[in-house]
Amino acid sequence: MARWSAEQGPRTEGPAAVGLPAGSPLNGGREDELDQRWAKSELDRAETSAELEDIEIAALLEAIYRFYGADFRSYARGSLRRRLRRRAELEGITTISGLQERLLHDRACMERLLADLSINVTSMFRDPAFYRAFREKVLPHLATYPFIRIWNPGCSTGEETYSLAMLLSEAGLYERTRIYATDINAGVLAVASRAVFPLEKMREYTENYLAAGGDRAFSEYYVSGYDGARFDPRLARNIVFARHNLASDSSFNEFHAVVCRNVMIYFDVHLQRQVHELFYSSLPRLGVLALGGKESLAFSGREEDYETVDGAERIYRKR
Amino acid sequence: MQRSPFSLVVVGCSRGGLAASRRLLEALRRRDHLTMVIVQHRGPEPSPLVSALASASPFPVSEAEDKEPLLPRRVYVAPPGYHLLIEDGHFELSTEAPIDYSRPSIDVTFASAARAFTRGVVGVVMTGGNSDGAKGAAEIVRRGGKLVVQDPSAAEAPDMPRATLEAGLDPAVAPLEELGAVVRRLALQMNEPAGAQR
Repeated sequence: MARWSAEQGPRTEGPAAVGLPAGSPLNGGREDELDQRWAKSELDRAETSAELEDIEIAALLEAIYRFYGADFRSYARGSLRRRLRRRAELEGITTISGLQERLLHDRACMERLLADLSINVTSMFRDPAFYRAFREKVLPHLATYPFIRIWNPGCSTGEETYSLAMLLSEAGLYERTRIYATDINAGVLAVASRAVFPLEKMREYTENYLAAGGDRAFSEYYVSGYDGARFDPRLARNIVFARHNLASDSSFNEFHAVVCRNVMIYFDVHLQRQVHELFYSSLPRLGVLALGGKESLAFSGREEDYETVDGAERIYRKR
Repeated sequence: MQRSPFSLVVVGCSRGGLAASRRLLEALRRRDHLTMVIVQHRGPEPSPLVSALASASPFPVSEAEDKEPLLPRRVYVAPPGYHLLIEDGHFELSTEAPIDYSRPSIDVTFASAARAFTRGVVGVVMTGGNSDGAKGAAEIVRRGGKLVVQDPSAAEAPDMPRATLEAGLDPAVAPLEELGAVVRRLALQMNEPAGAQR
């Protein structure tokens, strides 16, 4: 559905309205167009500024793609707009085009934006019911393989990756598993590989862990340090943290499971479809695809190529 | 002015919101050409919110899914643990950090609804124990939408409607018993043929 909006497009009152022939050089023509962009009611100004912001965002995305090769042109606009505005605000800049200038001329600013765009605030065992379903319905299948490869793209700061590692370790499968945890941003990968998480989160994580059917004391997994809860290095032993860009890189292996939860919500439907092709080609027959609780295969173009393992928890298996 | 495909009623509430939302839904009629999006603060644990609302609603009720198109005569509920944005004619979900401890944030949904549906929006701020919604309500008004606030003196939790009233946006104010009728009237007015309004 197209965004319906009022009074866009060419406006009819022009030079003729002030008694001059259209295109009169005295009147300038262009000046009138400029006037019409701004000399309007407050409501129209709101409309104009929204339209202008869309143009600025498109220009910014094109510029950072051409200059840095970072391609966010197919990111979902709502969240992207919010993050760009927030970055501009933090930089003390009032417009998106002002932000574009700084991004292009100040590499550190670009790095801050990259971090903004890859940090997603999640928690260990977010959606405990998902982990319970994964434990009960997916692990028995994975156990039939002599060596298990799992891909966790868009891993951000690693909360989900370590949750998977705990799950596999408790099922006695971790020793023969490798988890490939990838993200576009090296900064979040560095945080993830440190395996240190805020102490104040441990209560929430413990509750989630228990709700997910964990049968140990969650506190066995970490020691409290001055800088936070340091997780058992053994959990990281079979995790490979690596850079990978879902929007532009190809697959790099075949995986028995792809766990990609709440990552594709930041992509538009076209990029979602492209990434679904990537996952499909990375899975063997019976390979498992796990999505976030409000994501579905509906726009993937591959609805018919998976069967449902757990509908509510969005776990699918390649036919 | 072009007409919107349908009027969009966006509702924000927190403590006491379930009963208030039910009252709002009970005022709607099956043929009303509008769609409602309800943003209610709640914890991440599964809750029977959808089924509790469905029994009061003339329209199907569901939790919004990522990239799902908004259809007329539906009620969508913001899923817990995400921000819910409206972009063009579809939903977008985000796991950006909670805003003032809230995810979903009413301000986020209101502001995005205002941008996407401009004059076709009716914002409704009801009972709740914090000030979420006031900033988003201002965006709705700035973009030409209408605003209705539950009378705080009779609300189960008055803070949220009071915070929006204090923003000086000149909204319609009504007690819960009359809120649904006011919202419905404003929403349906918007959909009258061009020229019949403004």
